[in-house]
Amino acid sequence: MHIIDRRLNPGGKSFANRQRFLRRARAQVRKAVREASSHRSIKDAGKGGEVSIPAGGVHEPVLRRSTEGGVRDYVLPGNKKYIQGDGIPRPDQGSGQGSRASDSGEGEDEFRFALTDEEYLDLYLEDLELPDLAKRQIAGAEAVQWRQAGYSSDGPPARLSVPRTLRQSLSRRIALKRPKADEIRQLRDEIERLEREGGHFEELVKLRADLEHRILRSKRIPYIDPVDVRYRRLESTPKPIAKAVMFCLMDVSGSMNEHMKDLAKRFYSLLYLFLNRRYEHVDVVFIRHTHEAQEVDEQTFFYSRETGGTVVSTALFKMEEILQARYPISDWNIYAAQASDGDNTSSDNSVVLQQLRDVILPVCQYYAYVEVGMDDEEEPPGGAGEPSTNLWRAYRRVSVDAPFAMRRVRHRRDIYPVFRELFSRRTEAAEGI
Amino acid sequence: MSVLLYRGPDWDFDLIKRVHEACGEIGIKEMGLDPYPNQIEVITTEQMLDAYASTGMPLFYRHWSFGKHFARNEAMYRKGYQGLAYEIVINSNPCLVYIMEENSATMQTLVLAHAGYGHSHFFKNNYVFKQWTDADGILDYLEFARGLIAKYEDRYGQEQVERVLDAAHALQSHGVHRFPRKRMPDLRSEELREEERRRHGEQLFNDLWRTVPVGQKRKAGADEDAKRKALLGLPEENLLYFLEKTAPRLKSWQRELLRIVRLINQYFYPQRQTKVMNEGCATFTHHRIMNRLHEKGQIDDGAFLEFLHSHTSVVLQPAFDDRRFSGINPYALGFAMCNDIERICTKPTDEDREWMPDLAGRGDPYGALCDIWANYRDESFVSQFLSPALIREFGLFRVVDDEDEEEMNVAAIHDERGYRNVRRALSKHYDIAYRDPDIQIVDVDLAGDRKLILNHRVLDGVLLEENDAQKVLQHVADLWGYDVKLVEADDAGDELAEHTASPRGVLA
Repeated sequence: MHIIDRRLNPGGKSFANRQRFLRRARAQVRKAVREASSHRSIKDAGKGGEVSIPAGGVHEPVLRRSTEGGVRDYVLPGNKKYIQGDGIPRPDQGSGQGSRASDSGEGEDEFRFALTDEEYLDLYLEDLELPDLAKRQIAGAEAVQWRQAGYSSDGPPARLSVPRTLRQSLSRRIALKRPKADEIRQLRDEIERLEREGGHFEELVKLRADLEHRILRSKRIPYIDPVDVRYRRLESTPKPIAKAVMFCLMDVSGSMNEHMKDLAKRFYSLLYLFLNRRYEHVDVVFIRHTHEAQEVDEQTFFYSRETGGTVVSTALFKMEEILQARYPISDWNIYAAQASDGDNTSSDNSVVLQQLRDVILPVCQYYAYVEVGMDDEEEPPGGAGEPSTNLWRAYRRVSVDAPFAMRRVRHRRDIYPVFRELFSRRTEAAEGI
Repeated sequence: MSVLLYRGPDWDFDLIKRVHEACGEIGIKEMGLDPYPNQIEVITTEQMLDAYASTGMPLFYRHWSFGKHFARNEAMYRKGYQGLAYEIVINSNPCLVYIMEENSATMQTLVLAHAGYGHSHFFKNNYVFKQWTDADGILDYLEFARGLIAKYEDRYGQEQVERVLDAAHALQSHGVHRFPRKRMPDLRSEELREEERRRHGEQLFNDLWRTVPVGQKRKAGADEDAKRKALLGLPEENLLYFLEKTAPRLKSWQRELLRIVRLINQYFYPQRQTKVMNEGCATFTHHRIMNRLHEKGQIDDGAFLEFLHSHTSVVLQPAFDDRRFSGINPYALGFAMCNDIERICTKPTDEDREWMPDLAGRGDPYGALCDIWANYRDESFVSQFLSPALIREFGLFRVVDDEDEEEMNVAAIHDERGYRNVRRALSKHYDIAYRDPDIQIVDVDLAGDRKLILNHRVLDGVLLEENDAQKVLQHVADLWGYDVKLVEADDAGDELAEHTASPRGVLA
């Protein structure tokens, strides 16, 4: 008898099968994930969890007899009162007899299982693409990464590839039939032996000539020739900037109530989750403003109250200031999301627009403006759904080509669809790059 | 007197070794079991879940369906709906026994007795296993299969391989040979036979035969059908085998995939036929070994109570109207039958003498049991050895549910008139040939559009599950490469249903 301890064997043997399963059921799982996320709190948006998908898509059909019709025959244990010839009313359709209970759960309408955080997030954010991701990569091409790309016949000695060089040399030696050291040594031994034993003269002469010829040949054909030498070749590729900074701008004046802040927070969280997946490092900067702007920490940003007027441009100036101080454009991908109820001092609108157009948008990868409203707010008459706030009207004038998008959100459930809409993969744009 | 093997729930490898020896002392010396040598492997919960997903085997090729089973089992386990088995045992030589690290010392003892002696003995000695499985080669074959399928995936793409495997899996219940085939004779025995035939001919030679007028030869056209079928080996119930050998458009690697699925499934075929006996043998063995260990003072009362607790829940048979009822528990039935056979051998009643004259009072119960374990399968086991006493104890009764009748009818119960009826009906339930639908390939229109014709022999008016049948037939069509038709007909020759499918493009 042997005892083997398998506990230390690497786990995750089913991982590959699981991936295959997820790939197969991808469309359904994705749908399930989206549905599940609509009634989740934003803090858990990125957590894994249980989902259920219709069993039909991952059903494994087999040839089996139907569970209905025909003459059936059961042998059951535990008889208490029946005698031969008794009639038993049929149980409700479907509940059936236990002896028919499906052992592989084929009859289930739903298939439930748990997804890990990673899998969940993958599916959750699938199809979303950061706009103009590539632009800044090219713009910031000073950072360069070297990687190996084949071999070349010249280069610095430090990059000499010994295995490759010897391989070349070997094939050349074989091709030119360079005598091997062994052969020469054998020949020498043979001659020596014949000399010692006083062997046949003619043969000795022949062998000596042969030996001379071989030695000459091995001198003529060098062991390593300059043509054999190979060097490792390196190629430079532009290094993508793996850092991003996300600016959260929010109006905290009195007109912004808790519900609006909550909506804004959800939007920021999603954006953060999303950026975090795409970049190695994400910085978040919180700027709040009333009639003046401040950079604050997260707690203050969401929860502390402030009173004052509303001058949006102050936040934009503050953002510019921080950009210049800490986030050089060449090193950082810059994203901004602004949330507001749409109020602004009328005289400020033109300043906002100018600042946005001339300073902020040219350096931004993407600028999203989310106008938050009350849940129970009436649709404006006319039904077009177009808000008519101060800020909205101003932002309407931003050119279409700019990396700028604006949406209006009233209810929690709108957040994710709006987010998806803003970041959904645009194929023609991707091709254009 | 012996000393206690262990105290408390903790165990280590030394203990496992000692327990294994102590069990062997009883199993082999007292009961006369003849198991394979054991290889015991300690695994974790996660590894147990992994093993569940790949039908219990330690290695298996990759396929999404295993991932699906893993996901379900894991979800069930994490939520506490489903416990895990204490062990898994693989029919190989040496016999692989997987034991969970979290079992207590008593459970490890139980598991070793159950799997390492009970199942292992059964695997080695039962005729169905001897006939159908190659215990020495199975792990090597699985290793080979996994490597080959991975190679095919690299070469032809995961999706292509998956398509073929999906189709093969759908057909795997109809990919077994149910009867041993005629082996191809080798040259030496062929020569001997030929010699024998000639000698026979010489003995019978009589010149008069030459003068007997020969009747008209049979018309050639009439048996062309039969000839074509014979050439293709039709009718054929092993659908996978037929497709592997005959499907005109499959590439050789696709045939190889079908073959792998078919052979692995054939390996599991005996297990499906001997569930009751196999578990009965193992449960009886562990029950006996644990009792003897306790009698000999090798385990203490606490351990024995722990064992009884677990044992009784394993052999629990809820009544049909119990919420927990899910069919007849093979552990319960098998264990009860083995116990009953022992009782009949040693302390028979008059009834037993009448019903089982061979066994009643013959003594040597272990000898009788070993003989039965070796030479029967579930169907014959039940039909031979289910005694009236046991039918009464289980309160077995037979219900017939005819679609045309108003209500279900109790056909027989556990009384003098019903014993044979109940026993025959139960035995039929364990007959795989009856349980699986009988589907055969009956003809191919070789001259015409190459349509493949399958026939389902409908028993008791129960048709195939329609959705599934259609889907499986689609897989058959994909493999065959031309149209297929499945006719469901009963013995009277009435066609009850017909399904057709056309291939969805050629398998690349």
